[in-house]
Amino acid sequence: MKLTLKIWRQANTEDQGRFISYSVDDVSSDSSFLEMLDLLNEQLVAKGEEPVAFDHDCREGICGMCSLRINGLAHGPERATTVCQLHMRSFQDGDTITIEPWRAAPFPVVKDLVVDRSSFDAIIQSGGFITARTGSAQDANSILVPKCDADTAMDAAACIGCGACVAACKNASAMLFVAAKAAHLNTLPQGQAEKDRRVLKMVSTMDEAGFGNCTNYGECEAVCPKEISLDFIAKLNRDYGKASIKAFLSGSDE
Amino acid sequence: MKLDPNIPEGPLPQKWDNHKFDIKLVNPANRRKYNIIVVGSGLAGGAAAATLGELGYNVSCFCYQDSPRRAHSIAAQGGINAAKNYQNDGDSIYRLFYDTIKGGDFRSREANVYRLAQLSVNIIDQCAAQGVPFAREYGGLLANRSFGGAQVSRTFYARGQTGQQLLLGAYSALSRQIGLGQVKMYNRHEMLDLVLIDGHAKGIITRNLVTGEISKHTADAVILATGGFGNAFFLSTNAQGCNVTAAYRAYKRGAGFANPCFTQIHPTCIPQHGDQQSKLTLMSESLRNDGRVWVPKRKEDCPKDPRDIPEGDRDYYLERKYPSFGNLAPRDISSRSAKEVCDEGRGVGPGTRGVYLDFSDAIKRLGRHVIEERYGNLFDMYESITGENAYERPMRIYPALHYTMGGLWVDYNLMSNIPGLFVLGEANFSDHGANRLGASALMQGLADGYFVISHTVANYLAEVGAGSYDPADTAFAQTEAQVRNQIDHLLSIKGARSPRSFHQELGKILWEHCGMARSKESLKTALELIPALRKEFWEDVRVVGQAKDFNQELERAGRVADFLEFAEMMCHDALDRDESCGAHFRTEHQTEEGEAKRNDKKYAYVAVWEYQGEDQPPKLHKEPLSYEEVDFATRSYK
Repeated sequence: MKLTLKIWRQANTEDQGRFISYSVDDVSSDSSFLEMLDLLNEQLVAKGEEPVAFDHDCREGICGMCSLRINGLAHGPERATTVCQLHMRSFQDGDTITIEPWRAAPFPVVKDLVVDRSSFDAIIQSGGFITARTGSAQDANSILVPKCDADTAMDAAACIGCGACVAACKNASAMLFVAAKAAHLNTLPQGQAEKDRRVLKMVSTMDEAGFGNCTNYGECEAVCPKEISLDFIAKLNRDYGKASIKAFLSGSDE
Repeated sequence: MKLDPNIPEGPLPQKWDNHKFDIKLVNPANRRKYNIIVVGSGLAGGAAAATLGELGYNVSCFCYQDSPRRAHSIAAQGGINAAKNYQNDGDSIYRLFYDTIKGGDFRSREANVYRLAQLSVNIIDQCAAQGVPFAREYGGLLANRSFGGAQVSRTFYARGQTGQQLLLGAYSALSRQIGLGQVKMYNRHEMLDLVLIDGHAKGIITRNLVTGEISKHTADAVILATGGFGNAFFLSTNAQGCNVTAAYRAYKRGAGFANPCFTQIHPTCIPQHGDQQSKLTLMSESLRNDGRVWVPKRKEDCPKDPRDIPEGDRDYYLERKYPSFGNLAPRDISSRSAKEVCDEGRGVGPGTRGVYLDFSDAIKRLGRHVIEERYGNLFDMYESITGENAYERPMRIYPALHYTMGGLWVDYNLMSNIPGLFVLGEANFSDHGANRLGASALMQGLADGYFVISHTVANYLAEVGAGSYDPADTAFAQTEAQVRNQIDHLLSIKGARSPRSFHQELGKILWEHCGMARSKESLKTALELIPALRKEFWEDVRVVGQAKDFNQELERAGRVADFLEFAEMMCHDALDRDESCGAHFRTEHQTEEGEAKRNDKKYAYVAVWEYQGEDQPPKLHKEPLSYEEVDFATRSYK
């Protein structure tokens, strides 16, 4: 295949950035999208030009590191697929493909297609955990978890933290990410003790990081490579509402 | 080199308890006076950093990814073993211990493995308490499945994403400590060297992968949890960034490297599609329960549509060669047999390195819906990668490298021969011998990180005392200067070939000559090819971009430079070990059925290699393996 690529190049966070067109030849239709970029980069290196920086690691759809917007869509045209699992047979010979980084104020561009998602880590650090000191756990079978709850928790826990939900949202809302993590822990009996504190902390950290509000467009669910359901956002709103009222009535700021 | 395994006295079941009582403690008020560095944030590193932070130590944790949640432990699919005996099927700590020793083909250290089996029980408790969503039965109890190399159901799992969920558990515990200020996290940082003061590990030199800044970090102890070295082969199931640099630099500073030739190859991966391939993807071995493996009898038939090749022209070679095992022949045998038929020119698919795994008989016998239920997700994954529908035409599979049992040498305390340098998880050598059983890697990473290191590091810290180093020591400046020189050197060569092309070539050499089957001749060939390639690298590599910038080419170049040296040590080790054991198969040593033939009289030792300087062959030291509790037996799964 022969392709024309319009790629966002940006030297660093302060740089303005611009699209630059490249053509790349001899792309195998069996290659993954990232292997196609590897090929382009090898061609650039051979000419002594700087290759395009992009994030990637496991290349099997689970680490959540890859983060490209392809022809305007986070993770490209295939449903429930990360960029690393997207293959060139989804494109036609002669296509022009536009490749951009995630675009959201809380995810500043580091270089070219690489963004800084540390705001996601900050949200988890503020409350996305169950406090369980190493060594203090009781026998695992002494906590019974109904199968349906374990399954719901797992549906939510499948989130890979890639940030496509934010990139696809016109408000740059991180609600799907936060909702998935909160629902994973809030659904389980082990997570009940810290439930209120968890949602209040995670939501306030999310707001401080500059993510926008959810206005129910559902773009996040549509691009999510793990098909995390919008229902979890409804659950987060419910849990947040209850926790806020309890905090108000008790006069606590948590 | 002094190699004292420091195995505690007493009967096997009491060694760990005795040891915990005998070793020194650091009292809670004093812990904040100690600094500990943890390199790596996977199951071992993440669990260690979280646990040490909870205890009150000042921890700095480093990872090369943009978040500690992305370490490659995340990709483990199947599950984690624990001797809980929740299924009442006769499991016990002793049985898990014995299965692991036997699976490792009697090349691992008995006391370490027993402790691993003991701690497996605590791991499940810990993870369940953290909210890891393990599979449950309707009554709310934990579910189990069975796994290779065991006759009991002791594997706990979270769908096909067990590694992800365990890692997110460790990551959430780590995140809590970061939020509390007890752990300082350095994302997108790579360790480039280890700093020794008076022979003790007292710090590291890192490169900030965003700004290119080189900096010194000081500590009372350094913990490496940097994973395995499978990417030496270029194509493996490892993540793109996995590398041997931290471990190899420690080796160059005097740490012993143990059993580097013990590398495991998984038989059911998706074959390479061509030269643009960047990694290989593993599919669960359970597929072999219903699929039949074959290649055409005649080379001429290989390019044909497999459905047009009549039954009589197919060679079901596993069923033919191993009638009792058939398609379920052990991992190493099925991998080697696939290589043999492809070497004969009977491989199929692009590049002709592939064999068919055919489900048509199973679909006829059971119906498509049964196969869909059993393997639907795997068939989907296969289709997304290859574009082929495996319900309609046979799958193509080929073996790939996916785990390395060898690693830095450690004693019972998980401390290397360099005092103050601890090594956890896949990065050390201690628990899996010559072959790792399924669902054991996660177990080892978490046992080391949650339950071993917190005790054993205290023993060392209490001995040396807080502030056991001088940040102004010249060793820091010297080591830092060496790191800078190497980076400048790489950038100054300005040759013609990319780092990636060297990596690819090295991978081909290793796969061909030090892969599934090795021989004296093949290893000698590799030992000629690798130094020549390394020489060419240092003359002709082209690293574009700047040192003080986000520069992925420079990152790769540094890693490839280390792989090029490391690979040679691996071949020396494979050459020295003139026996077959576990995953290490020397064609000179096999039984009539083609199984590995061990030589316990001569090779029941851990081979530990010591760095001797540039272009010098490494020096071999031996830690003899003695078994108090079990007897050497021939591994047999018939």
